[in-house]
Amino acid sequence: MIDAKRRILLKGSLGAGALGVAVGAGLLTPGAVLASWPEAAFKAEDQATALKDLLGSDATEASDAVKIKAPDIAENGAVVPVTIETDLEGVTSISLIASGNNTPLIASFDLGENAKPFVSTRIKMAKTADVVAVVKTGDGLLSAAKPVKVTIGGCGG
Amino acid sequence: MASNIKIRAKSSNGVTTVKSLMSHEMETGLRKDKETGDPIPAHFIQEVTAKWNDQVVMTALWSGGVSKNPYLSFKFDGGEKGDSIEITWVDNQGATETGTAEIS
Repeated sequence: MIDAKRRILLKGSLGAGALGVAVGAGLLTPGAVLASWPEAAFKAEDQATALKDLLGSDATEASDAVKIKAPDIAENGAVVPVTIETDLEGVTSISLIASGNNTPLIASFDLGENAKPFVSTRIKMAKTADVVAVVKTGDGLLSAAKPVKVTIGGCGG
Repeated sequence: MASNIKIRAKSSNGVTTVKSLMSHEMETGLRKDKETGDPIPAHFIQEVTAKWNDQVVMTALWSGGVSKNPYLSFKFDGGEKGDSIEITWVDNQGATETGTAEIS
């Protein structure tokens, strides 16, 4: 009887052990992933440095194929809806910049195999400035800019 | 864990459109407390990973420049009704959250 209970206990703890390992392995992923967060690029105080750090180059070419949808006038700079879209082929990443912000690089989207070159999000803008989209393709960096007038800045407080 | 990520995914003509809303304060670290003048520590989502079934469709790297309670929408080729969409975020303080939804 005692022996049987011991078996059960052993089994129980073994099971928990395996689960612990699985959770541990799962937790490792965000850590490893965080290491790749391009801190220098996001902390850069000008667009050129940010792009160099992020994409290895700031040589962007303006292109009509890159489309930015953003309001002409944003009453609240804390929430500015921005959509970036293009018909270009072979887009591997889309980067989003608010050129008037202290740290202009807002976001960078790495697109997987099936992803369409389309992203939509909401960003903070400190003041009236251009929203810049930089699209990375096999042929280089293509960009577009859209001026947005900000009535109330969204970064201070 | 109850998830605070709202996800809507819709497939039409072979393209799936995903819209998601996350719940996060997205503090830049530049703001100051109005009463004490102390800076409010940065607390924002740094990375968002979106998966269709088990395939990563998009990885977003963010700064505190993304608005509070972030909205994110993206599209991808493929996806059928009932397929799973999983979105996971990790913030700069190591917190993480995952939400899932089925394509409708």
